Amino acid sequence: MLEFHNVTKRYNNGKFAVNNLNLKIKKGEFICFIGPSGCGKTTTMKMVNRLIDITDGSILVDGKDIKDQDPVALRRSIGYVIQQIGLMPHMTIKENIVLVGTLLKWTKEKKEERARELLKLVDLPEEYLDKYPHELSGGQQQRIGVLRALAANPPLILMDEPFGALDPITRDSLQEEFKKLQRELNKTIVFVTHDMDEAIKLADRIVIMREGEIVQIDTPDEILRNPANEFVEEFLGKERLIQGRPDVTTVGQIMNSTPVTVQTGTTLKSAISTMRDKRVDSLLITDSDNVLKGYLDIEAINLNYKKANQVEEVMETKLYSVFQDSLLSDTVRKILRHGAQYVPVVDDQHRLVGIVTRATLATLVYDTIWGDGTELEEIISVAE
Amino acid sequence: METLEQFIYYVTQNGGYIWVQFYRHFLMAAYGVLFAAIISIPLGILIAKYGKLSSWVLALGSIVQTIPALGAMAVIMIVLGLGTNTVIVTLMLYSILPIVQNTYVGMKDVDKTVIEAGFASGMTRFQLLRMVELPLAISVIMAGLRTALVIGIGIVAIGAFVGAGGLGAVILTGTNASDGTAIILAGAIPTALMAIIADLIMVWIERKLQPIKSSKSRAA
Repeated sequence: MLEFHNVTKRYNNGKFAVNNLNLKIKKGEFICFIGPSGCGKTTTMKMVNRLIDITDGSILVDGKDIKDQDPVALRRSIGYVIQQIGLMPHMTIKENIVLVGTLLKWTKEKKEERARELLKLVDLPEEYLDKYPHELSGGQQQRIGVLRALAANPPLILMDEPFGALDPITRDSLQEEFKKLQRELNKTIVFVTHDMDEAIKLADRIVIMREGEIVQIDTPDEILRNPANEFVEEFLGKERLIQGRPDVTTVGQIMNSTPVTVQTGTTLKSAISTMRDKRVDSLLITDSDNVLKGYLDIEAINLNYKKANQVEEVMETKLYSVFQDSLLSDTVRKILRHGAQYVPVVDDQHRLVGIVTRATLATLVYDTIWGDGTELEEIISVAE
Repeated sequence: METLEQFIYYVTQNGGYIWVQFYRHFLMAAYGVLFAAIISIPLGILIAKYGKLSSWVLALGSIVQTIPALGAMAVIMIVLGLGTNTVIVTLMLYSILPIVQNTYVGMKDVDKTVIEAGFASGMTRFQLLRMVELPLAISVIMAGLRTALVIGIGIVAIGAFVGAGGLGAVILTGTNASDGTAIILAGAIPTALMAIIADLIMVWIERKLQPIKSSKSRAA
């Protein structure tokens, strides 16, 4: 869809704004360019619709070199959204939305229809068509700014920090709306931002730039897990790396490795006394090889106390378990989805190795927020 | 009291004459400003686009503005002779600065982000000028025309000295007559009225051309 081949932008004073950039963007992909100011991210974006001329190399849109195209026609075929919104203050919302349509000499009916159609996408009432930009809130204005970019249905849209000037709450809702819209319409987006949270939230792939060069291109998850170098780590910030960590924490790291179990063949009576001793209301049942067979809770015992004698007769065998190396995030999802109190952890031979309970998760949350206590221990040991 | 009676008498007796001069006076002022606008608005746009020229052009305009109108008119008369042409050319000279200046400011004041958005949406330079910059600058440009017209009405009054007629001629008649206060007033009051009315009308037009409208005011 969009290809950069050895793209270079050099200013007259010999300084590089963008240096030998290579990148391929697939159709429907949401790409975020991010980096400190002056890293060339905006320059890169503006070269795509020829607001800035390329010094060397080439950019292909749909396989066609942009240098061979008429810049005016090219710009009309690429959507553009800027941070300052830039709605025409002397035109109504309708005129603003279909501005490109006006330039392309659409008929009045077509413009009218397209404006209505687009306004519906962002859930604004139709009366807004005849309003003027200054009568709208900042968030509403930027919605119109996005619609203007969509008007002629361009496959590619360039966005220069479009939500940067909005308050955090409006920004959040606009980001979500826009991501949804982008998926529905299957647009290719080149999105420039300096806000890492925004990039992580929206992007399919993030391009991290520094001094005109690409430092890392990857999915948000991959960047959080494996930052390419110190610069990326620093740019992400410690906070985010820690936040990113639960995603890579495995169940094995946090599980309780001494779950309360009884073996098959145990009588219900002794199972009850085990429960009482260990103060639990549920037991995991294993065989002599420690292979997980099922579980037993206090209610099942209550119901069947008179009828049955041994645990395997009343135990529930339908049991969700996870592996030691499963990701914690998936496990949490499982626990929540099944409304379970806990998930047993097994190895590849289905032998019980541990348990993740809601209490384990609560401890983890506590540790993430208030530190895991190791710092305190260190301080104590140093003091001693 | 006597002056007032004389004034009323003069006006009733020469109403037709005063009206003809009033009309002539207005036309000279209007033509002067119109011709000045034809030169100045494009010039203002030009210097707004090419910043380097702006200081030169504006400085030149200011210098012209410092020359006394009577002196300038006398010099131009040497070239163009007696009559209305001299007045109109003088007036043009004096109108150029306010119009160029206002056009320049109006164009410069157009929000750069709006221009960027328009340009990136695929407007040509000319479309940008016609659809964005001029509509947004027009009320400021109109303010320049208003200033020029009001100044112009004053300058045309001097035109009587070069035989161009107008209300200045009425005033001149008064100064030449013994005890001509009433006649001077009969020329001066319509001149002042014309300036005030022209100003009011131009303000009204200026407001009408205000680019940033409100949907409510349109509905009402």
